[in-house]
Amino acid sequence: MYEGAVQDLIDELGRLPGVGPKSAQRIAFHLLAADAADVRRLADALLEVKARVRFCEVCGNVAESERCRVCLDPRRSDEVICVVEEPKDVVAIERTREFRGRYHVLGGAINPIENVGPDDLRIKELLGRLADGRVQEVILATDPNVEGEATATYLARLMVPMGVTVSRLASGLPVGGDLEYADEVTLGRAFEGRRVVGR
Amino acid sequence: MYISHLSLLDFRSYAAVDVELEPGPNAFVGRNGQGKTNLVEAIGYVATLGSHRVANDAPLVRAGAERAVVRTRIVRGDRASTVELEITPGRANRARINRGQLGRSRDVLGILRTVLFAPEDLSLVKGDPDGRRKLMDQLVVQLLPRAAGLLADYDRVIRQRSALLKSMRALRGPLSGVDMSTLEVWNAKAAQLGAQVLAMRLQVVQALRPEVAAAYDQVSESDGHAELAYRSSLETALSDAARPDDVAGSILPADPRAVPPSAEELERLLLDAMAAMRAQEVERGVSLVGPHRDDLVLVLGGLPAKGYASHGESWSFALALRLASYRLLGGSSPAGAMQESTALPTGLPTPLSTGSTTPRFWNDDFGTGAEPVLILDDVFAELDLRRRVRLAELVAPAGQVLITAAVPDDVPSGLMATRFDVVTGSVTRAA
Ligand SMILES: Nc1ncnc2c1ncn2[C@@H]1O[C@H](COP(=O)(O)OP(=O)(O)OP(=O)(O)O)[C@@H](O)[C@H]1O
Ligand SMILES: [Mg+2]
Ligand SMILES: [Zn+2]
Repeated sequence: MYEGAVQDLIDELGRLPGVGPKSAQRIAFHLLAADAADVRRLADALLEVKARVRFCEVCGNVAESERCRVCLDPRRSDEVICVVEEPKDVVAIERTREFRGRYHVLGGAINPIENVGPDDLRIKELLGRLADGRVQEVILATDPNVEGEATATYLARLMVPMGVTVSRLASGLPVGGDLEYADEVTLGRAFEGRRVVGR
Repeated sequence: MYISHLSLLDFRSYAAVDVELEPGPNAFVGRNGQGKTNLVEAIGYVATLGSHRVANDAPLVRAGAERAVVRTRIVRGDRASTVELEITPGRANRARINRGQLGRSRDVLGILRTVLFAPEDLSLVKGDPDGRRKLMDQLVVQLLPRAAGLLADYDRVIRQRSALLKSMRALRGPLSGVDMSTLEVWNAKAAQLGAQVLAMRLQVVQALRPEVAAAYDQVSESDGHAELAYRSSLETALSDAARPDDVAGSILPADPRAVPPSAEELERLLLDAMAAMRAQEVERGVSLVGPHRDDLVLVLGGLPAKGYASHGESWSFALALRLASYRLLGGSSPAGAMQESTALPTGLPTPLSTGSTTPRFWNDDFGTGAEPVLILDDVFAELDLRRRVRLAELVAPAGQVLITAAVPDDVPSGLMATRFDVVTGSVTRAA
């Protein structure tokens, strides 16, 4: 245990995802030794992101205004929605340049072990977007693991009876993994080869 | 295949050791606690990335050291490869294949194949179903390495589904529509993956049955009628639902040559069973149907071996299971020996191992030199003289068999041509 402020910093860093106690300590001492100006830039960036960035009220992606860049772009098609788990998946799919429709970010996947059920995801909002009949196809791009598959099945069962075409990314993605780890070519191919699960 | 070289650094009791091995039988002899099992444990680790004795890696690293290194040279046909494995507890192990970079350890799976029999295997007969499920699943993966992903996914689905059932139990009220449809999704996944696991297991068990019967008779010099049966949680669930006629004994057919049900059929049955068990599952907060609740029943002379068989019989059964696995994985046996004494309960005209038409998810042609290395840890001390001689005949034709013994006289001389003396962390080839 260190004294007051140092330990507070270590504790806060340790709460970040992917940062264990050892790394938290290493980062804390790195910051202690760094220039005051560098540390201020980091602190400003943290505050700035909290002040300026929020979630798009349509799709749940990160946004700097009420709507995100994708939702505001008039050149994109309103007929296709790609459903992903997290905003970082939007970035991964945008990199492929394969997709010209809109997104819907669920905010996770069905995961009973972590107490996440359908009601904890942005599913109602998704169904709301289908109401006016403009959306022709929904592409389910949840992660290629057990939880992502279960979520995709759950959504397909809800949406197929609504008369919309539902498709799932082709297999061939690294199994058991995260969408964001798939390289552009593989992900692009998974998009092209998506299969219809029901319409 | 055979191992031509083994070297260890800080593995178990060994600071550093180098051993040149021969094809055919190799015997490691030394008093208790000298490090014989440690040697074969290291070899098993290279094949399976796990120890047959401990579930975590810490005890594998020599007390006081930080990591252990196991290097092996494996000869298959006219090709040799080296595998170097670095074991660092608490961190991901790393491996180097030939002269490549240190990389992921799981890339070494499949390079060395072993079948290891150790005294711990007695728990296959006497212990919980868990060990027997592992035996079947390990065989499935050895026959089809990519099935490992399926097994891991199934395991994950069951843990998710059980967590959901537990949270439903905690609610203690009628289930909401959302809960019901979430459960149905997990049911669908559990049935889909569970059926594939089950179908593969059943095919493995069908293939194993005649081999086990033959191997048991050979090691025990009897007509013990060692049999395997598959006890499925599916059968129990559906007969509870008063549909016994649908399933009674149908999961694994009585005839060892009959074709077991397909994955599609099993998926349907699993869904039915989960529907029939819903109230019970929610009440208990546990997933009650599926291959994770099944058992491989070992039967000797019509009685379950567990609880009935004598110590010696249990021991022979455990050994027979490993010898049968060895055969299934492409291991050789003395010409005709396995075939001649095949004692199938129904008196079939030809043994299954040669004339089977049952579908198999694996390819029986493992390629040249694919025969696994057979490892017999402390086996001979448990056998009487006649059985020792029989076992020696049985394993003598193996491409390579590694034998450990505390008492040299226990091992028939035919297996002692290549002999190593193991004394407190040193291994020397006896003249
Ligand atoms: N991590 C370790 N560090 C140091 N020594 C160890 C370690 N693990 C095991 N040992 C020692 O290795 C010895 C056991 O070796 P091993 O199990 O190979 O014996 P063995 O020759 O097979 O004996 P037996 O004939 O009784 O089966 C024990 O003396 C044990 O203390
Ligand atoms: Mg031993
Ligand atoms: Zn948006």
